[in-house]
Amino acid sequence: MSTIRIPTPLRAFTDGEASIEVAGGTVGEALSHLVGQHPDLRAHLFNGAELRSFVNIFLDDEDIRFMQGLDTQIAAGDSLRIIPSIAGGLD
Amino acid sequence: MSRIYLSEFQKQRIFHQLEQAYPEEAAGFLLGHMVAGYIAAVDVVIDEIVPVDNVSDAGEKRRRFVVKPQDWMRLEDQADASGLQLIGCYHSHPDAAAIPSAFDLEHSYPNFLYIIVAVNEGRATDMRSYELSRKGSHEHITAVVSAESWQEIMSWPHTK
Repeated sequence: MSTIRIPTPLRAFTDGEASIEVAGGTVGEALSHLVGQHPDLRAHLFNGAELRSFVNIFLDDEDIRFMQGLDTQIAAGDSLRIIPSIAGGLD
Repeated sequence: MSRIYLSEFQKQRIFHQLEQAYPEEAAGFLLGHMVAGYIAAVDVVIDEIVPVDNVSDAGEKRRRFVVKPQDWMRLEDQADASGLQLIGCYHSHPDAAAIPSAFDLEHSYPNFLYIIVAVNEGRATDMRSYELSRKGSHEHITAVVSAESWQEIMSWPHTK
């Protein structure tokens, strides 16, 4: 099992839990297991089958977009983290 | 959320940072805690403000702010370790109203407080906040309550 750290705004969808244990050999499988446990998270993480562009997933200190994306391999004990993309400004 | 408690000192720190950055946008995070509101809603007490760098492209800084994911990680760790919550963020709108743009709303998360400060000709003139509802619409929160004195702050709901 691996763990996924949930960011503060999304903890309302995990019953307040900050860290969730998940199964899977890739980041994509781990996220699928997560939204299987907490279905209300799906709309905030995925746009169809793709990760939303405003969502960053880090494996330890590395952004998976600079690895193999959702196909990035993970091992038991790895720590994933969901980081909201904080941005804004004028139109 | 129905009411936001922010000390006058913190408010002036935010204004100072955002005025210094003018005409570029600037931003920061809010660490705080939630308390039961008076009318079945949740109030927010801001305990710390933390300015962060705007890392948007150099030519975009007058109309965009982007925060490094590493800043989020550092402050969420700090908040969790201290019993606070990474509760929201603030940013400036140079020479524009303190209301969320379509771009702001597109990038907003629910259960997170957003404060916008209008900075007109280098002076902070208005502060407003909003929170995205779970259904995706936005709610304006007009009450950002600030206090002049420490005694007044101590009378606020500190129940974390």
